[in-house]
Amino acid sequence: MDEKIKKFCSIRFQSIIKKEFMQIKKDPASLAIALILPVMLVLLLGYAMNTDIKNINLAVWDQSQTKESRELIQVFTRQNDFHLFSYTHSYNEIDYLLDKGDIHTALIIPKDFSKNIKTDTSTVQIIIDGSDPTYAKEALSRSQNLLLNYSTSIQTKMLERNAINEKSLPIKSETNILYNPTMESLNYNIPALIGLVMQEVILILTAFAIVREKEHGTMAQLIVTPIRPLELILGKLVPYIFIGLLSFAFVLIVGIWWFNVSIAGSIYLLIGLSILFLIASLAIGLFISVIANNQLQAMYMAFAVILPSVILSGFVFPRETMPTFIQMLGGLIPLTYFLEILRGIFLKGVSLDILWLQSIVLLTFIVITCIATASRFKKQL
Amino acid sequence: MSEYAIICEGLTKQFGQIIAVNSINLKIKKGTIYGILGPNGSGKSTLIHMLCGVLPQTSGYGSVLGYDIRKDPEKIKQRIGYMSQKFSLYLELTVLENLQFYGEVYGIKKDKLKERIKHLVEITGLSDRLNQRSGTLSGGWKQRLALCCALLHEPDFLILDEPTAGVDPVSRRIFWDIIQSLREKEVTVLVTTHYMDEALICDEIGFIYFGRLLVNGKPNEILKQHHVETLDELFIKLVKQEEASSIFQKGSV
Repeated sequence: MDEKIKKFCSIRFQSIIKKEFMQIKKDPASLAIALILPVMLVLLLGYAMNTDIKNINLAVWDQSQTKESRELIQVFTRQNDFHLFSYTHSYNEIDYLLDKGDIHTALIIPKDFSKNIKTDTSTVQIIIDGSDPTYAKEALSRSQNLLLNYSTSIQTKMLERNAINEKSLPIKSETNILYNPTMESLNYNIPALIGLVMQEVILILTAFAIVREKEHGTMAQLIVTPIRPLELILGKLVPYIFIGLLSFAFVLIVGIWWFNVSIAGSIYLLIGLSILFLIASLAIGLFISVIANNQLQAMYMAFAVILPSVILSGFVFPRETMPTFIQMLGGLIPLTYFLEILRGIFLKGVSLDILWLQSIVLLTFIVITCIATASRFKKQL
Repeated sequence: MSEYAIICEGLTKQFGQIIAVNSINLKIKKGTIYGILGPNGSGKSTLIHMLCGVLPQTSGYGSVLGYDIRKDPEKIKQRIGYMSQKFSLYLELTVLENLQFYGEVYGIKKDKLKERIKHLVEITGLSDRLNQRSGTLSGGWKQRLALCCALLHEPDFLILDEPTAGVDPVSRRIFWDIIQSLREKEVTVLVTTHYMDEALICDEIGFIYFGRLLVNGKPNEILKQHHVETLDELFIKLVKQEEASSIFQKGSV
């Protein structure tokens, strides 16, 4: 008799799993939300997360109105770096367009432009809207590159005309962009989005798992039975691992086939480590469920984890630029490690010999959270 | 092993300033049906929760089936059946699913469980409702199901917290037939009730008020001792007496 009480009993463990599945089956709406919501979110946010800047709206004030000035405008708009929004004739007009947000950049070509470039130096003015740093940096680097290239070509022509043949520049670069050669933001963002969406859905799903029984009063009956905390916690975990995996599969399919993001590394490693992350998220959800007294509290606690993790995990901005303290906080979130795993496998195609650390951290998370959950769960009123 | 299923010595539970159970001394022999009477909020449920091993006492000693309620609550849980005041089974599951779940939670093997379920649904008349959702059962039927769940693992000690409150007479009759039939199997039963006719069926009764056990003994002997005709009379007499003395105490402070 005593032995029976101490040992982990598989009949009791299985009874919880069976019961959870039965309850899930009787509530198809919740199941549908758990499976469809992640797909919807990835679709929606996948488009929203596209941070590639296509063409920047440009206003031009051409005071010169010459062949040379028109050539310069051509240079700006030729390869869709800038989109010529309109011609203007005053600073007031430019200010107005910037204020309205119609343009991000203005190009002002001085009156003596064509004369000066032949003899000396002509200064053209670039005005950039700096309110959005991403746009501003892009506009600045594009305009500077274009001007530099154009100046060089003019200089080369003039040297040729003067019969000086010094065509080659002292340094030439040969750039090789690895992992994401087209530098499309989708390739970088979609894998991370998969991680974020999975975390959100799983966490909310499991945050209610135990607190629901408290609120419905069914826990009062369970605690007078011989069920052990670990049997209950693990029994609750298993069905949600299944749902999480199914949901993950859907999301992965959307990412690969809809957004055409390819997996450079091993898909098996990806699935394996994703299961690890799923379990870690589930464990956090269950922990919340154990410490919360009612479902509303559980909801708030789940959001207290989800919202900061969007930023702290490095999902939006790289973690390297954050203050050390914030970086450390980010280190306490499983999503941070999973994002490194996702981007590593999707983009770089790396394997466990690079990702072993992240994997061990996730494993540690699971063990610690499960122990904390089982010990916090008291079979008492 | 002692002849007592329950031993309480100075068992006390305090919630902050409120003393819910005040130093109760109680011994219940094995195979006895013991009824606890008392107004709402008198401490009956608190006493029961302590005996179930889900609420640690503030002071005093208690044992159930020879196990200390503070040290061995899990051993107690394997051998007791508990039915709470409020229906606390899964409303969305069917009658059979609830029974199967609880059977497995008690670690009952498949064949044995099948046999137990068959037996219990027969004596409680639930046979025709096995596939009905528990949430759609009416009060009396819900209680019958809860009783079945509490009896599945053949407990040595059955605790029933107001099992027949708001239950129709037919269900009540079935309940008490089952409770009385447990005598033969040496099962000890602790039951709280507000029905005095039910109290008379018990082997022994105790009257709790303000967390204290005021009267304890065989129903007929108690009636004689207090010179009253019915338990109703006794109940009202005791409540008035206690209220008067508590006002007196407050007045003297």
